Amino acid sequence: MAAAATSPAPAAAWAFAAAICVKLLLVPTYRSTDFDVHRYWLALTHALPARRWYTDESSQWTLDYPPFFAYFSRLLALPAPFVDASLVSLPVPDAPPSFAYLLYLRLTVAFSDLLLLASVLLLATDAHRRRRPFLALVLVLWSPSLLSVDHVHFQYNGFLIGLLLLSLHFIEQGRDLAGGVVFATLLCSKHLFLVAAPVYFMYLFRHYCCGRGVVRGLGRLVLMGAGVAAVFSAAFAPFVYYGQMQQLFNRLFPFGRGLCHAYWAPNFWVFYITLDKILAFLLRRLGFNIQMPEASFTGGLVGNSSPFVVLPKVTPITTFLLVMLAMSPCLVKALSKPQPRHIIRWVSYATTCGFMFGWHVHEKASLHFTIPLALIAMDSLEDAKHYFLLSVVSCYSLFPLLFENQEYPIKVLLLMTYATLMWVGFSSHFTANSAQERKKVNESSSVVKKNSFIGWISFSYFLGLVAIELWSQVFHHYVFGDRLPFLPLMMVSLYCGVGMMYSWMWQLAWIVKHT
Amino acid sequence: MAKPKKPAPAPDLATAAHLPWHPPAPPVATALLISLAALLVRVLVSVGPYSGQGVAPKFGDYEAQRHWMELTLHLPSSDWYRNTSENDLAYWGLDYPPLSAYQSRLHALFLNASLPDAVALRSSRGFESLESKLLMRWTVLSSDLVVFFPAALWFVWAYFKCGVGGIGEERRAGWTWLLAIVLINPCLVLIDHGHFQYNCISLGLTLGAITGVLSGNELVAAALFSLSINHKQMSLYFAPAFFSHLLGKCIKRKYPIVEVMKLGFVVLGTFALVWWPFLHSYEAAMQVISRLAPFERGIYEDYVANFWCSTSVLIKWKRLFAIKPLKLMSLSATILAFLPSFVQQVRSPSSLGFLYSLLNSSISFYLFSYQVHEKSILLPLLPASLLGLQEPQLYGWFMYFGLFSMFPLICRDHLLLQYIATLGFFVLIYYSPGGSYKNAAKIPSGAKAVLSMALVCSFALQIVYLRIEPPKRYPFLLDALIMFICFSQLVVLTLYTNYKQWMLDSHSRSIGRKKDL
Repeated sequence: MAAAATSPAPAAAWAFAAAICVKLLLVPTYRSTDFDVHRYWLALTHALPARRWYTDESSQWTLDYPPFFAYFSRLLALPAPFVDASLVSLPVPDAPPSFAYLLYLRLTVAFSDLLLLASVLLLATDAHRRRRPFLALVLVLWSPSLLSVDHVHFQYNGFLIGLLLLSLHFIEQGRDLAGGVVFATLLCSKHLFLVAAPVYFMYLFRHYCCGRGVVRGLGRLVLMGAGVAAVFSAAFAPFVYYGQMQQLFNRLFPFGRGLCHAYWAPNFWVFYITLDKILAFLLRRLGFNIQMPEASFTGGLVGNSSPFVVLPKVTPITTFLLVMLAMSPCLVKALSKPQPRHIIRWVSYATTCGFMFGWHVHEKASLHFTIPLALIAMDSLEDAKHYFLLSVVSCYSLFPLLFENQEYPIKVLLLMTYATLMWVGFSSHFTANSAQERKKVNESSSVVKKNSFIGWISFSYFLGLVAIELWSQVFHHYVFGDRLPFLPLMMVSLYCGVGMMYSWMWQLAWIVKHT
Repeated sequence: MAKPKKPAPAPDLATAAHLPWHPPAPPVATALLISLAALLVRVLVSVGPYSGQGVAPKFGDYEAQRHWMELTLHLPSSDWYRNTSENDLAYWGLDYPPLSAYQSRLHALFLNASLPDAVALRSSRGFESLESKLLMRWTVLSSDLVVFFPAALWFVWAYFKCGVGGIGEERRAGWTWLLAIVLINPCLVLIDHGHFQYNCISLGLTLGAITGVLSGNELVAAALFSLSINHKQMSLYFAPAFFSHLLGKCIKRKYPIVEVMKLGFVVLGTFALVWWPFLHSYEAAMQVISRLAPFERGIYEDYVANFWCSTSVLIKWKRLFAIKPLKLMSLSATILAFLPSFVQQVRSPSSLGFLYSLLNSSISFYLFSYQVHEKSILLPLLPASLLGLQEPQLYGWFMYFGLFSMFPLICRDHLLLQYIATLGFFVLIYYSPGGSYKNAAKIPSGAKAVLSMALVCSFALQIVYLRIEPPKRYPFLLDALIMFICFSQLVVLTLYTNYKQWMLDSHSRSIGRKKDL
């Protein structure tokens, strides 16, 4: 549509600039051990040759991301000596960082977000070459989860998700080869995105290679294979040469870590563990002699061994099969009828499956599908409803990450502002659209009432969220005192798990029905 | 309901070009959104350092406020303003009117409940901890939320309800912008939540009073304005505007004397209530008053961009004159400066004229009155932001130079990061996409060039200030340069706003008459 082609770039840049101001103000806030991790990686990649990146153990935060991320760290470390020489000296000093040092590292995160902005600007036109609503772009750039994980907790998700969005953009526009290569780059930067690879494979195989005759198809298959192989060899060839692949592999896939992370991600396994606890409790009440494992109800959140009492032990293979099974409807769809306009939905669904059933999932991984889904949140009222719920739940499930008093109002206000923005934006968008609709077809049923994107069920769900928050902040202390310190965290995980489960099922149903 | 299957370009453009809060957005939710964003900015700024953090033995405004909490909590009200063995007036003695003291006491009760060490008598001097910082920050945030936010929301509602800036669809669409610029005032946010003060209370009360006047609740306005004066005596900067506007309105009514007496009664009553503990003897009241007017501190302090300080390079006011003639000179200069706007409002009071007059009288005080602080720029900035829809360029210009005039203070407080971020928010709100409702007045290109010169100078000066040490002979050379630039801009602005107020005259007389009927 040529008329709609006027650039939304200034508006998106405006939103990004506003986010930068927030990021600047977040510089002095709390930072987690991830800050030390990246600080060490910066020094490591700058001070040592690549040969020693995956073998150095001068810090407990050993490098466990794929090589491209190490190269990225190397790049970020280049101007560091001009700021503070101690930034790139090994071993990393124990003293807390100076302000210049802190500012530098914080700014590298803000700087790497430029890739996110670039991808969002490219994604301003969708698969139909129509302009996406401005709000959809803002929802990505102002995501409270991204702000609190990247700019308070300290990670580089903005950059990584920027890569993911870039590859999605290429595929949406029909440039499959570029999309595949960018996705390969993403995999070589953070391997957690591997969970989306099956969808990519199915889609690209069918859409890029098939249906053009055997010779051309084979040619394309070879081309795509060569592109991806080139990316992978650029990443891993040096380490093959050094003979460190085994070491690298062990670093990237530490399966010894256990099913759940220290703080339970709100996924399927939360229900599994809780069910196990309840069953154990009931059986003991009934007189069965059941041995409680070391990892008990209160202290057992960090578990290397199987924490299960009654239910069977879960192995990485089980989780892998479950993920594949959950993903299979989407794979079938991608293989049978590959359409560029559904790729964001499919990839998001695949990462959702990985989040719901994967092995040792971090709560932060919910970003990997929440952010891309923001782009299609305004495609329909159903999508808007779903995204509203999902984004609130995903952001709330990240609350325990920022546990200090100083950040409490920040995280609450970030979430509330974002939720209100969605409320305002969705209401006005769908009211305006329904007004348009009414002009065309004089149909009274198509009138969208204000706030109708929050139904009764989700409204009461949100009330429950508030109640849980009140309980964990205020009442828990009065009722239990210092006992059961992990109960509030469990409640948050479990309650958010319900929302996540709903989101997964909703996405599945939508994909089965509409794609 | 799904998106239309064949989307016409019209809805696409409408939704893509505009911000989410453009109509038909629900107004309540939109107001909530802007308020939440404003609160978020405040909370984020409050993470930063406060004035005098870790600078023993005198510390800064943070310690002053904490000290007042300590005093008002433990001493009887009769000792608050007196030098006693427990109350050393030389160490951050209380020098604001009683309402400030009550507010300190209220906050002290809150602090005492959670962290008694922070407000213990004597032993808590210079008390600093992460927890006490958070609690103190929360007292400012809650005050802001309770006083300034409702006042701002009421103002924006009344502004459009009473059609202050004219009625028209375009103007109506600007209410979100107006609310945003009133709430996210970078100077106010930086001083209250960064530097640490409670201007939000006195300015919020003033804003409430202004809205009272605009919406016709004059008695409420009188009470609120009296409270504002009783929180910070600096609110008197607005007094000529209130007095002239209300007087002008009363004169036009049927029983002018009765109307004036009603207002006077409310003002006196409010004052009597606030001052009650100090009214039992003449000495007690005079003791308080002498604390409020510290003439011995000289006609100016530091480098404030007003007339006395800027001209002191040529004329050494402090050396040439004693305190008494200086007092008289500054008083007469101030009166002369606000007189035109005063006369205009008595003659033909109008809502818009009232806003201009607030700006004119407060800026006259800033430029010419005795003992002005750089932070007093907050007072004229309030009416300037209220006039934002009417005078967008004036607002933008004034706000920028107001912020710039506080730059040395910001650097002393180590709030540079917060300064950059809030300046960024201000610029972004000013240039928000789809903000075409701002009626841009044509500025001749010659004037534009001169004005841009000042802007370029200010950028250069900020960088120089941060990077280069001033020469040893003139350690405050850069501060003085900043002061000169700001002063020159303020003089131009004052002349312009006075001119605008007088030009309203012929136009607004009819409106004023219509409203009185």
